[in-house]
Amino acid sequence: MKRSTLRTVILLAVASAFALAVQTRGVHAQESTAGSTKIVVDGSTTVGPIAKAFAEHYMGLHPEVNITVSESGSGNGAKSLINGVCDVADMSRFMKEREFKAAVEKGVMPVAHVVAMDGLPIIVHPSNPVKALTVQQVRDIYTGKITNWREVGGPNVRIVKISRDTNSGTYETFAKLIMKKEKIAPDTEHVGSNGAVRQRVQSTPAAIGYAGLGFVDRTVKALGINGVYPDRESVRSGRYPIARPLFMFTDGYPALGTRLHAFVTLHLSPKGQEIIEDIGFVPVTDY
Amino acid sequence: MAGTSIPTEAGLLRRHLMLSRSASRLQRLGALAARGALLLVTCSSVFAVIFIFLFIFRDALPFFGLRGFAEVFTDTAWYPSAEPASFGALAIFFGSGIVTLGAVVVAVPLGVAAAVCLSDVLPFSVRQFAKPVIEMLAAIPSVAYGFFALVVLAPLLQEKGGVVLSVGACLAGAPLGLLAVVVLSDLLTSRLPDPSRPVVRLVLMGGLCAAGFYGLTQLVQLLLRLPIHSGTNALNVSVILGIMALPTVVSVSEDALHAVGRELREASYALGATRAETLVKVVIPAARSGILAAVVLGVMRAVGETMVVWMASGNAAQIPRPWFNVLEPIRTLTATIAGEMGEADHVTGSARYHVLFALALCLLLICFVCNLLGEWAVRRSKARLR
Repeated sequence: MKRSTLRTVILLAVASAFALAVQTRGVHAQESTAGSTKIVVDGSTTVGPIAKAFAEHYMGLHPEVNITVSESGSGNGAKSLINGVCDVADMSRFMKEREFKAAVEKGVMPVAHVVAMDGLPIIVHPSNPVKALTVQQVRDIYTGKITNWREVGGPNVRIVKISRDTNSGTYETFAKLIMKKEKIAPDTEHVGSNGAVRQRVQSTPAAIGYAGLGFVDRTVKALGINGVYPDRESVRSGRYPIARPLFMFTDGYPALGTRLHAFVTLHLSPKGQEIIEDIGFVPVTDY
Repeated sequence: MAGTSIPTEAGLLRRHLMLSRSASRLQRLGALAARGALLLVTCSSVFAVIFIFLFIFRDALPFFGLRGFAEVFTDTAWYPSAEPASFGALAIFFGSGIVTLGAVVVAVPLGVAAAVCLSDVLPFSVRQFAKPVIEMLAAIPSVAYGFFALVVLAPLLQEKGGVVLSVGACLAGAPLGLLAVVVLSDLLTSRLPDPSRPVVRLVLMGGLCAAGFYGLTQLVQLLLRLPIHSGTNALNVSVILGIMALPTVVSVSEDALHAVGRELREASYALGATRAETLVKVVIPAARSGILAAVVLGVMRAVGETMVVWMASGNAAQIPRPWFNVLEPIRTLTATIAGEMGEADHVTGSARYHVLFALALCLLLICFVCNLLGEWAVRRSKARLR
């Protein structure tokens, strides 16, 4: 009796293992034939939130579609697109020459879709009397050439420099547009998120920091840079000096009417613009 | 036949607990399989340790191949994302070191004092209540400590830093000063003839107390004028890490003090020693190895902590000037690894990726040595007490 039950259990286990194996193989087969219900997005951590919000919105409307969004950095996004691993590469910078070359050699024709504009306000404590700086002054503060607010028309206190960690797209934008090739001084504090930058600046009267446009509120003060204050209009028109476009790259322009086409043109719809504004970026078009 | 199969008592003890001879083959197979499975489960943690070492080694070695040893350990320029990149981690090693030292300075005197108090001074009922409460500190997640450090302690240090430092100095300085006064006056008067001793001692104590008080007020005035530019600094993190290490230090050293035993204390009292003498000259020396183990475990907690230092140390890869200026932001090994990992490109196998594993390897070695040291201390204390 006991033996027979044990044997049954073993038999059942083996059978279910087989069934599972067959089933998973079946799923794989299905994926490869009906690829259009699956969109794979990879790339920049800056553009990632937009892609995620788009995916959520799109999957809400079309439950049969499966969109996966990974954030492995712009470089890895480009690599994935070139290798045909992803359908959409999020990039917070334009493709480099060698990436284009590698893509064309593999038969991939990268097409850029500008989905949003990204502005980077320089923020200080509201009690700070300084209203505006030049790009050169900001760079000198972060390289350590200017160490006291007095040197730029403020009170006689040491400047506390706050930066994002080198992990972030925000840091990359700042390094590229403000620092050029110069190195940030070693006594600069690094924090892990846009929210943490704002928290540090709003609680530190002598602080200076930078964060995404969506993170500027009444608790911090955004400085004018070269005489221009950051807002939607100045970022979109490019008058504000610390701004950049955010890209999604596809292999060729997606065939009209496909789900991929709908996904990469979502930013042109009113809903897409609303999503972009909610995340704190600036839409490229205006309804 | 039945008589020969009755085992002796010694034979029973020597034999494993096994299935009876009448067990079927299937049952034996089942027992074997179960034993194998349990062995595998037990071994898995051993394998985990070996594999962690192996994989970190594997990813750390390419870095030393690419950049050599000298730069990481001697240079302070940490620009892993610049072009050309530089990987000088000396300031980061220094940051980890000073934060750990700070945590030890906070946790050890406080923790050992609390342990002595719990084991020898307070009544048993208070101990039964207080020890679990202190141990509850260990249950608070580190991100909560980090949040507190960033949102409460950092602004407090910036706005009322002088006051906070003065209060801290008074709290730490007053008992220490009093202890020093008592010990010093005792030492100085111990050679005097008997009749005049109490009077001289009292006068000396008064004088030393006044001098100590004057010193403390001077210190407070100095601290009140000290500018604190940024609240996220080495001091903030040291205090928080010290509090985080406190339950470990208290718990382990209290256990060690408790294990000293009643006999030793009674013998000491019987010889005419006071409670203070018994504590300082008998109980604490007897529990020395256990207290050392507590300190080592506390150090490990502080070295390995990531979330608090990532949130509240400022993450500035610099060696402050002067080096003991704990009011400057610093950067630790753990925070660097946590903060840089996301962007480090592991596909191309860049130095920027492998340097993090090199740092992790150093951290692992430090913790490993600490662990061995703690283990050795615990074993020695057990052997001594037996």
